[in-house]
Amino acid sequence: MTVYIFIVLAVLAIASALAMVINKNVVNSALFLVLNMVSLAGIYLLLNAQFLAIIQILVYAGAIMVLFLFVIMLLNVEQEEKLFDKFRVKYFLAFLLGVAVTGQIFYSLAGVTDMLPEISDKMAAVGTVEAVGDVLFTTYLLPFELTAILLTAAVVGALMIAQHKIKRTEEI
Amino acid sequence: MLENYFPILVLAIVAIVLAIVLMTLSRILGPFRPNATKLNPYESGMDPVGEARDRYSISFYLVAMEFIVFDLEVVFIYPWAVRYLDLGFGTFIAMMIFIIMLFVGLLYTLKKGTLDWELNNYRG
Repeated sequence: MTVYIFIVLAVLAIASALAMVINKNVVNSALFLVLNMVSLAGIYLLLNAQFLAIIQILVYAGAIMVLFLFVIMLLNVEQEEKLFDKFRVKYFLAFLLGVAVTGQIFYSLAGVTDMLPEISDKMAAVGTVEAVGDVLFTTYLLPFELTAILLTAAVVGALMIAQHKIKRTEEI
Repeated sequence: MLENYFPILVLAIVAIVLAIVLMTLSRILGPFRPNATKLNPYESGMDPVGEARDRYSISFYLVAMEFIVFDLEVVFIYPWAVRYLDLGFGTFIAMMIFIIMLFVGLLYTLKKGTLDWELNNYRG
């Protein structure tokens, strides 16, 4: 049963990722990215990583996508259409890198015999909210506090970027 | 384990099927006789001018950024809230330090006038 759910989710994830890349309308691409992230959350759930699954929907499909859409709105429409004509060399390099990464994935998958192993109770206990909380506030307390500094730096950075833009429009 | 999420799956399927059924029903049952006036975005209103996707004010982006930061703060509060009673007072202080650090970031944006919502008030 798990295998069938996995196949459905995996196909959905790959299809939405492809649709995201191929789509010419950037807003549609962003919405396909939401679908991609939701199917990834389903795959996390299959791996018994419940906390990660909920965070995937809450943060990525929610907050990060809001930011993506706002950045798209901030772009000029003409500039965005030009993106499809330029950078042919970059496209080719990206294609080569993609082939390399795919090749590496298949190479490392060749040795795996048990693709979807049974998840033991011990493995299932790692992904719960309780387990994450236990580890986060004891062993990884310092990285947790550093996250606050990182987030504050992100806010200040966003402010600096906006400030730069506003000053330039004032000059014009 | 996975059976616990069966209701969510049912909910998702019902939502998708209901959306498709309603769209098809209205397409089949409703008369569709379009003309230029009917297809206007505002049937009896102003004619639309320019692109629908105009450039937005940067203030929206800054508010979105602020939203992400506090969204992530909540993400960290969930596991803490679940395990708070067992982890003790030390983690309470740790969480307070975390929240105060993010609050300093909010104070900074407030002082800069980002959330004043008028670009002219932006004291950059």
